[in-house]
Amino acid sequence: MTAQSLSWLALWGATALYAIAMVASSMHLAKVADAKVAAKKQRSLVAAGSQDATAGESAASPASAFRRADVHSKARGIARSTMIMGALLQGVGVVARGIEAGHVPWSTMYEYTITGTWVAVVVFLVVQSRRDVSYLAPGVTGFATLGLGLAMTVLYNASTGLMPALQSFWLVIHVSIAIIATGILTVGAIATVLQLMRDYRDEPLSAVPTGGLRRLRVRWRNANVRILKGWNWLEGVPSPARLEALAFRLHAVGFVLWTFTVMAGAVWAEHAWGRYWGWDPKEVWSFVIWVIYAAYLHARTTQGWAGRRSAVVALIGFVALIMNFTVVNLVFQGLHTYSGT
Amino acid sequence: MARVKIDNYAYRDMPRLGLRGWLRWIWRQVTSMRVALILLLILALAAIPGSVLPQWPHSVSDTQAFIDEHEFWGPLLDRLGFLDVFGSAWFTAIYLLLFASLIGCIIPRVAVYWRELRAEVPAAPSRLDRYAPVTETSPLSPADAVAAARSELTGRGPAPWRWLTGHRVRVDERTGPDGAPQLALSAHRGHLRELGNLVFHLSLVGILLSVAAGSLLTYRGQALIVEGGSFTNAVVAYDTYSAGALFSEDDLDPWILTLDELDAQFEESTGRPTSFTAYATLTEPGQEPREVEAQVNRPIQVEGAKIYLQGNGYAPSFTITDSEGNVAFEGAVPFIPQDDVYTSTGVVKVPDVTEGEQMGFKGTLLPSALGEGADAISIFPDAENPVMYLQMYTGDLGLDEGVPQNVYTLDESQLSPVRDEDDEPVVLELTPGETVELPDGMGTLTWNDLPRYAAFDLRRDPSLPWLLGFAVTSLLGLGTSLFAPRRRVWVTAPTADAADAAATVVTVAVWSPPHDQGATLERDRALAAACDRPRPASIPPEDDE
Ligand code: HEM
Repeated sequence: MTAQSLSWLALWGATALYAIAMVASSMHLAKVADAKVAAKKQRSLVAAGSQDATAGESAASPASAFRRADVHSKARGIARSTMIMGALLQGVGVVARGIEAGHVPWSTMYEYTITGTWVAVVVFLVVQSRRDVSYLAPGVTGFATLGLGLAMTVLYNASTGLMPALQSFWLVIHVSIAIIATGILTVGAIATVLQLMRDYRDEPLSAVPTGGLRRLRVRWRNANVRILKGWNWLEGVPSPARLEALAFRLHAVGFVLWTFTVMAGAVWAEHAWGRYWGWDPKEVWSFVIWVIYAAYLHARTTQGWAGRRSAVVALIGFVALIMNFTVVNLVFQGLHTYSGT
Repeated sequence: MARVKIDNYAYRDMPRLGLRGWLRWIWRQVTSMRVALILLLILALAAIPGSVLPQWPHSVSDTQAFIDEHEFWGPLLDRLGFLDVFGSAWFTAIYLLLFASLIGCIIPRVAVYWRELRAEVPAAPSRLDRYAPVTETSPLSPADAVAAARSELTGRGPAPWRWLTGHRVRVDERTGPDGAPQLALSAHRGHLRELGNLVFHLSLVGILLSVAAGSLLTYRGQALIVEGGSFTNAVVAYDTYSAGALFSEDDLDPWILTLDELDAQFEESTGRPTSFTAYATLTEPGQEPREVEAQVNRPIQVEGAKIYLQGNGYAPSFTITDSEGNVAFEGAVPFIPQDDVYTSTGVVKVPDVTEGEQMGFKGTLLPSALGEGADAISIFPDAENPVMYLQMYTGDLGLDEGVPQNVYTLDESQLSPVRDEDDEPVVLELTPGETVELPDGMGTLTWNDLPRYAAFDLRRDPSLPWLLGFAVTSLLGLGTSLFAPRRRVWVTAPTADAADAAATVVTVAVWSPPHDQGATLERDRALAAACDRPRPASIPPEDDE
């Protein structure tokens, strides 16, 4: 088997495994949600003084003892093993692509996507090995399935040699850190989305005022809150405060790495083009992304912005990150347009 | 009075502030922080048009085409600065405002930080109940228990490290909330974080100043050297030259660069370039000549400046004699590559003829020609089968008017193509080494050989080391500011029943932002020290909610 077909098969295999992991982890999340609701009910029964035997048993453990790690289901085992196998297979696929191409596998959009989604999954698995964040699994596997699927069907191109401008140590540094940052910020964005969903789910519906535009806005909001209230699986994710703490940690790491990416890019540009910054579209967007995440960090510590609004700023940053990689690569002209072909 | 803490913006659980503290807090946060946040968002938004619309500094022709194409919007956007976003007044205003806000914010914070470092940390709150305290009975006496917790909290290792990573601690003897005497320890950590934050923001100012200084002190020029030729660093020698307002031309070092060889490698099957290397000899004043190499990613370093290999191409060399048999022209003429296979075009101007009209030639070079006559194309960038087509003109080259002329185009206003008997323009076809007779006995033209040339971009920017330095400090500051913890730990132990030394009830509480995973561990370690137990090693598993 050639490296090319090995890479191809391994990546399709990983895509399929992630799809299975996505379904299984969603089922597990629903089960955690049920268990959590049941535990809550029981606690309140105990608190109400019920001397029922089963309730008495559970009262022996402290009130806060619900642990998602204690919820076992077949789905959990399937999700975990398919995800790990998927990550291993994808690793093989990425490395084989690198061998086939004869250079690091992140010089075209296709390569960037297969490596970036892989990093997102690995970041998740690393965090997961320290604390149970299985509630992020449906989002991460969903993202990876979609990204890989798109890469294999739309973005795929046969490997080619590198043009002279890309043959640099700085390509390895700059782009690899960019991909790692992207992977981490992706997981952070997923945590942030869950944070906002949980947050609005816990909201009461607001009274609809009579004013025209405000009325529409409140209606729209209520409709969304109602949908979120219908999604019981959201009980399975932690409280908004906890999700925000996790998202912040991920964003902080991602932001430092992105800062490094931008700086390494400037050093590379200095070497290759004789100017460290030229407001090339790619540079503009890297800057925009950096500034938005800086705004997020400020928003977190600003009254009235902490919590929801800063979460929205972080998501805008993520949208810009994805834009930088898609629209900017494909549409805008600039020195960086190597990435398309 | 409680003093202002630098870091209690949005966390409601913080110790209370006094009135002056509140005023200051309001001034600092509501004005600066929010303004900074909004300016940052505006800055991000304002940068986007610079990637969507064509920009003057990037491409004059694209931008002009855009203006011509959009009769209404083009000139309007141009007038409003959208076609040079990063040089526009409004973009400049936004970032200058942001930096004004940054400086206005950072200077008071440096002062506050300096005062805080030298002041004692605030005493422990009288009640710890709000901070989820843990309690344990210690075998040590109250004084020993608190002393043990203190040495745990002040940190480990040699002095600067301990100072940077440990807590600042104070211990009071006081009356507890229940009226009984107690020892109360208060430990604060966060000075490293704040230091990182200040370093980060100050480095941003440093970066801005370096960029500004760089644009004043820089110079940049382009020069083209044919293999075997050389270049002396002086303003007149450059094809284009530009310099910052504070750079004087007298500061140019008169070094000499000789291009020995330009090596271009292409993939055999596809013709894609794989590497370009310029081998050159550099002679700096008062020094032995030395061999240097430039590649696309590896500039040549010369005293304070860098020489980048920016482009390359062919520079066919010709000898042209006139009707009298005198040599009217001799030398290499750079041709500009037009496509990936180096189909190149250029012009030869022959003003110095002994007699008759001036001559001009428009040439097309096919490095690896395939086919005949007008249908010939080049199939590979290397010179495997070079063929040259020259169209000949006679008349006035227009060189005497003193108007600077583009060396790559012929001014055809006073020239006419030479025609043969059938009234077709004469096109000379030749290969290297070949000599052809010019029509009507006007002389001969010899294509001697086909050297390559290298286009160099030269740049001196003395701000670069500063930029790099500030970039590094900003990154270090950022990392410290985001990852160094900010915590308060409080330990209390009642001293009333000191007689019963085996039963000191130690209470420990901690405050930290919610994302700080290590805070509980810190609390448990302080408690363990106070109770003379071994240090807990790792973070206990978290409960879910
Ligand atoms: C050029 C504009 C600015 C940029 C790019 C910027 C960037 C950042 C970044 C990336 C952070 C998060 C990392 C850290 O904690 O050090 C931060 C934090 C901070 N910035 Fe700025 N900043 C700017 C202007 C300002 C201004 C004008 C203020 C004045 C209010 C300010 C006050 C702060 C404060 C207080 C923090 C700490 C937040 C915390 O406790 O986590 N910054 N800044």
